[in-house]
Amino acid sequence: MSEIIDSLKRARIEELLEQGKRLDGRAFDEFREISIETGAIPKANGSARVRIGDTEVVCGVKIQPDRPFPDSGDKGIFICTAEMLPLSHSSVETGPPGPHVIELARVVDRGIRESHMIDVSQLVIKENKSVVGVFADNVVVDYDGNLFDACSFAATAALLSTKSPKWEFKDDAPALVEGSEADLPVGTIPVSVTMGKIGQHVLVDPNADEWQCMDARVTITTNSDGNICAMQKGGHDGFTLEQIKECGKTSARIGAEIRKKFDGISAGSDTEQ
Amino acid sequence: MGGREATMVLLDENGIRCDGRKVDETRRVMIKAGGLKNADGSAYIEFGDNKIVAGVFGPRDVHPKHMSDTDTGILRVRYHMEPFSVGERKNPAPSRREIEISKVIKEALEPAVMLEMFPRTVVDVFIEVLQADGGTRCAALSAASVALADAGIPMRDMVAACAAGKVADTVILDVNNEEDQAGQADMPMGYMPTLEKITLLQLDGILTPEEYEKCVEIGIKGCMQVYELQKKALSEKYFDGENGKGGRGQKR
Repeated sequence: MSEIIDSLKRARIEELLEQGKRLDGRAFDEFREISIETGAIPKANGSARVRIGDTEVVCGVKIQPDRPFPDSGDKGIFICTAEMLPLSHSSVETGPPGPHVIELARVVDRGIRESHMIDVSQLVIKENKSVVGVFADNVVVDYDGNLFDACSFAATAALLSTKSPKWEFKDDAPALVEGSEADLPVGTIPVSVTMGKIGQHVLVDPNADEWQCMDARVTITTNSDGNICAMQKGGHDGFTLEQIKECGKTSARIGAEIRKKFDGISAGSDTEQ
Repeated sequence: MGGREATMVLLDENGIRCDGRKVDETRRVMIKAGGLKNADGSAYIEFGDNKIVAGVFGPRDVHPKHMSDTDTGILRVRYHMEPFSVGERKNPAPSRREIEISKVIKEALEPAVMLEMFPRTVVDVFIEVLQADGGTRCAALSAASVALADAGIPMRDMVAACAAGKVADTVILDVNNEEDQAGQADMPMGYMPTLEKITLLQLDGILTPEEYEKCVEIGIKGCMQVYELQKKALSEKYFDGENGKGGRGQKR
C-alpha cells in the first residue's frame, strides 16, 4: 500500500521538477524556514532547538573535565553525537543505532570538527593529565527530512550559546573554579548544506517526501571564510563532475546566508531567531 | 584525523612527497582478480602498503527474509579491519567508522550493479583489510568492484577509487597515512569512468573553492589510473591478455 503511494508521489515530484517546481512550492535552492532557539535547556551548559520545516532537533552541550586521549594530551575533547528518538517517526525502533543514524552522527561531528569551530588546544587544564570535554548531543524529536543540516545547526547554535565552567589543576585533580564562566573558544561558524538529486535535478534541503525518493545526496560544510571543510556523498546514485562543482558553489552561497542566523547568538543569551 | 602538526617534511622544495612521490602520482597499485576458492567472485589489492581482500557471494537468497525486496536485488557490504592491520591492536568488533565506511562503499557500488535483474536476492560483498596504510576505503572499493565483476554479476560500469587531498598548501593525489594524519585535507573519491559519475565522495579538511575543484579533477584522474589496473586484472584472469596469464573462464 505505502509502496504505491510512494511511487505515485515520486512521479508527481518528478513531474513538478520538470516544470521547475517543488511539491511545497520552494525554489530548487531554497531552504524551508529555519528557526533557531537557544537556551532552551537551562540544565545544559548550552542548548538549542532547531526547526527546519517540520524537522525538529534539540541539542544540549555538557562540559566536564576528562582525561585526554593518549595521543593528544595537549588538546581538549570535542564529541558531537546524534540520535533519532522513537517518537520522531514510526519507523524508528529502540535499540542500538543503525547505519544511517551512525552516519548522521559522524557527518555532523565531522563538519564541526573539521571546520575547527572549537579550538580544542585551548581546552587543556593540565597537559597529558586533564582536559575539558565538550559533548554536543543531538536528539531528533520530529522527522521531516534533512537531519544532517538540522543537527549541524542545532549543535552549532548550542555551542555558540555555551557558558563553560572553569577548572584548575589542584592536588592531582581538576578543581572547579567557582563563579568563573567563559565562552567556548570559537574560531569559525560551520554551516552544512545538504542537497538531494532527483533525476537530473539538485534540490537544497530535501523534505521527507523528497528525501524518500531522491537518488543521491551530498552534504557540504563551509566555514566563515567560505572554504569547504567537510563533505559526504550518500544515496544509490552518483553525481557528475559538473554537478558536484555546482554543489560546492551552492553550499558556499546558501551557507553564507544561513550563517547570518547565528550572528546574534552568544553565551548566556536566550534568543529565538 | 587527530593531530595536524607538520613535524615531518610532507613536501620538499623540489615538490617531492614524504614517500618520494610527485604530487600527482599514486602509490604502487597491484590488483588481482580471483584468488578465493569459495567466493563467487573475489579480488586482492595492494595499494601502497594497504593489503585488502574482497569476496562476493550471490545473487543468493536473503536472510533474514524480511530484508528482501520484490522489485530488486539488494546489496550488502561489510568493510572490516583485522585487529593486526594497524599500529595498535584494533578491537575486532565493527566500529562506528567501519559501519559508516560499509555504508558509503555500498552506496558507491549500487549505481554500478544491475541489481534489478535479480529481485528477492542479495549480493553480499565482504571486504577484509589485512593491512591498513591510509586510503583503505578507496582501495577496498576498487577491489570490491573487481570482485563483483569476477563474480559475473551484470554491471553498468566499474567503480574505481582514489583519494585527493592537500598537504603543505598543495593539492595532491592519493593521500597516504602520514599525509592523512599531518596533512590539511583528505578527499576520498569513487568514480564510474564510462558513465562519468562520482559515486563516493567524502572530505575532511579545509579547501578553498579553487582547491576543491582542483581536488575533484585530480581525484578523477587518479580513479582513471586505477580503472586501467582493474581492467588489466580482469583481462589477465579471463583473457590471454598482454601478459598471457590465466585462461578464459578459469575459476582461480
